[in-house]
Amino acid sequence: MSSQSILQVKDITKVFGGIIAVNHLSFDINEGEILGIIGPNGSGKTTLINCITGFIKMTSGKVIYHGKNIEGKPAHKIADMGIARTFQIMRPYYTLPCYKNLVIPLFSPRAKRTGGWRGGGKLGDRDTVGIDILEEIGFERDSFVPYKLASTLPTGYLKRLELARCLALKPELIICDEIFSGLSMSEIASMVPLIERLQMDGITMIMIEHRLRELFQVANRVMVLNFGEKVIEGTSEQVMADEKVKVVYFGSEGAEEVMKYA
Amino acid sequence: MGILIYGTINSVALALMALGFALVYGISRLPNFGHGALYVVTGFITWSFFRGLGVNYLISIPISIIIIGIIGALIYQFILIRVRGMATSEIIASYAIGVAILEGLRWGGFKGMTYTLPVFLEGSIDIGGIPVDFHRMIVVGAGAGVVIFLWFFTHHTRIGLALRGMAQDERASLMLGIDSDFMAVVAMGFGSALAGLAAVLLLPLGNIVVESGYNVLILAIAVCIVGGLGSWMGAVIAAFLIGFAQILTVVYLGSHFQMVVALLAIILTLILRPSGLFGRQKELEERV
Amino acid sequence: MEERRKERLDRGIKIRTDKIYALMSWRELSYLTMPRLVLIVGILMLPFVVPGMYWQRVISIVCVYALLALIFDFLAHFVGLVSLGGAFFIGVGGYLAAILNTSAGLPPIVTIPLAALIGAAICTVLLLPCLPLRGVYFAIVTLMYPLVAARIIEALDILGGTDGIMGVESFSSTWTEQYFIILMTLLFLFGIRRLVNMDIGLVFRAVKDNDQAVRASGINITLYKAIAVFIASGVGCLSGACLVHIYMWSGISLFSLDFSILPIAATVIGGAGTLVGPVLGCFILVPISELLRAFGTLRIVFYSLILVAFIVFRSEGIMVYGQRKYHQFERWVKI
Repeated sequence: MSSQSILQVKDITKVFGGIIAVNHLSFDINEGEILGIIGPNGSGKTTLINCITGFIKMTSGKVIYHGKNIEGKPAHKIADMGIARTFQIMRPYYTLPCYKNLVIPLFSPRAKRTGGWRGGGKLGDRDTVGIDILEEIGFERDSFVPYKLASTLPTGYLKRLELARCLALKPELIICDEIFSGLSMSEIASMVPLIERLQMDGITMIMIEHRLRELFQVANRVMVLNFGEKVIEGTSEQVMADEKVKVVYFGSEGAEEVMKYA
Repeated sequence: MGILIYGTINSVALALMALGFALVYGISRLPNFGHGALYVVTGFITWSFFRGLGVNYLISIPISIIIIGIIGALIYQFILIRVRGMATSEIIASYAIGVAILEGLRWGGFKGMTYTLPVFLEGSIDIGGIPVDFHRMIVVGAGAGVVIFLWFFTHHTRIGLALRGMAQDERASLMLGIDSDFMAVVAMGFGSALAGLAAVLLLPLGNIVVESGYNVLILAIAVCIVGGLGSWMGAVIAAFLIGFAQILTVVYLGSHFQMVVALLAIILTLILRPSGLFGRQKELEERV
Repeated sequence: MEERRKERLDRGIKIRTDKIYALMSWRELSYLTMPRLVLIVGILMLPFVVPGMYWQRVISIVCVYALLALIFDFLAHFVGLVSLGGAFFIGVGGYLAAILNTSAGLPPIVTIPLAALIGAAICTVLLLPCLPLRGVYFAIVTLMYPLVAARIIEALDILGGTDGIMGVESFSSTWTEQYFIILMTLLFLFGIRRLVNMDIGLVFRAVKDNDQAVRASGINITLYKAIAVFIASGVGCLSGACLVHIYMWSGISLFSLDFSILPIAATVIGGAGTLVGPVLGCFILVPISELLRAFGTLRIVFYSLILVAFIVFRSEGIMVYGQRKYHQFERWVKI
């Protein structure tokens, strides 16, 4: 895991009418690391991701990926460059079976170039590649699960399907928007090894999360946001020990209370 | 000078045509593709009262406006409200109703060039060397009056404020106790009445023909798109832009190109700035 | 008090014919193939069954409308683009074929494919500005194009003005004319059906259902919408070209509301999303419309009102109902 920075976010600002959702935010991502982004609701985390991945036009700021400016590029071009994302409100193709869900990302130009997740440069039959990817993320191949309609599956499977959709692009960077939300303890317990395995395969990840205990198991660095600004950035121990973070989560009076028991 | 005067007249005419459509869309999010049909029907209703039944012209006009307002509200209440919220079904249904009405009028005997309404005042005066008839000046005055009235109505009366609230944020209005279904019916009634008003003001300048129903629909949509779907101020400004553009092409290129101007305006807006001049649907919503 | 609900289950034979098990016996095979065979054979036999040339001409017109209804259903329910102006495709294809035939002297066998391809290119380019935007803009623009095109041709008196282009060659024989258009209809019916289940068809359907996810997968939505529009307008222009060679004349009436509204009404009656439903809807509506031709534009009123009724009362359409009955059965079940 080298410490070379692959994505630099410089001074992003996004204003919606009278609301400043993201306020002059800057950070870097290094290759192969997992960066966690945490913060209370409304702190601008999803807006930040939408700006980086091109779903929203930012009011000002730069995003540099592998030395190239990507701010202002349309979302599909950014995905084509290797940045994949999941959605907080899940968006599988409900009317299609699971493995057919992957046909669409495998149809993209990037998948054709890279051959999908394990393709090694050449894309085979999309159905088969889709089922391979599903097996790798935990859908049992011999069961009927990959063939079921996406609308019939529970949340845990659908979250994995979201990840599979990202993997089909053979991404370098995956941005997960609250991927642990809505999952039971056992479902999360089986997701964490999956994320670790992806990191070992060389994928860099940004994870927006509310479930801090699970996030700290996988994240190398954590960044805290509040009202669209960066409060602190550091390892999970540093972040948890910091005064300002306690104020963000508990309010100033609450923070004093918490400090008593720290 | 002539361009200035006729441009203004044309622009006000366009604004009158478009305001009804803009009102209905702004409040109930319904693109009423039957707008043109309501316009033409008002003309025929006025004609029927005035020439057919011999009712005084000054009375036929408000009666027809009220009638068309009621007809529009009824259409909404009994038919269109059932497809409320489903964008494509609303478009298809309102378009089909409009077409049914217009083609029905075409079949039902209202054919030919003999149906006209008289102008309000005969005669004309000279403005800067250009003769302008009184009726056209009345149109401009009425147009200005309508805009002022609408502003006043939506800022200072209860129903008007309720309509404005719905236009801004329907859910918030619901939470404040405004019945959005009923308000949508009211909006449709007003929009239809505005279409009727435009009809009684503008039809005396020509004949009552079914074709003008389609033309009015195209022009109203063009004005609303350029101005931004949902913005009344935008519609007025867009009406002036397109109005002057049309007069300029008439002067320099010939009178055949008026519809082309409208279409080009739409295409240019969609390419350059899809939300229009003042549209409230920016970014996330305009690009799918 | 016993409460009951209606339960709907797949028929046994439907499950038994899943994929390869269809080959188990003649009964299973016929369950799958019968409807398609009945459709194909029925349409092919029609020209022999109907009494006289007038009705044979009607069948050709039905097929022209059927192609339009097919592409309306394809665009609206498989790509998410509601086209309110099918007449535009007919007009573009028709005028192109007429020009190619009268000015360049090309025979129908050449003008029809050429008109389809060139027309598809023209229509796609003209519709390009509204493709990146929400569906309502596509509806507005497609509604306007035929209306404005008709007015431009009339006002500028180009392309034959109100008289139109006369003297267009017709097909070499009535049987060619008849069966060419029937074959085209069947070809595109089954072709588009195949298309929507292929990989690219899935991308189209995904664009309709969930375009954000498609964008996040690195696919350019506008490009695929343009491809779909190209295909659809190609078919539309082809049917317009055929129509012009049938009538031996091309004029402003090609842009008339008939061609815009009847396909929509046929789709709604026949069953949206089934592709075969709209075709059947045309077989029902077009003969009625021809019979009503004596009453002038009343026929347009007629199917506009039917359209409104079906949309507003959210009827599912004949084929949707039919397919449901064929594949599933219902019964009351105790709760």
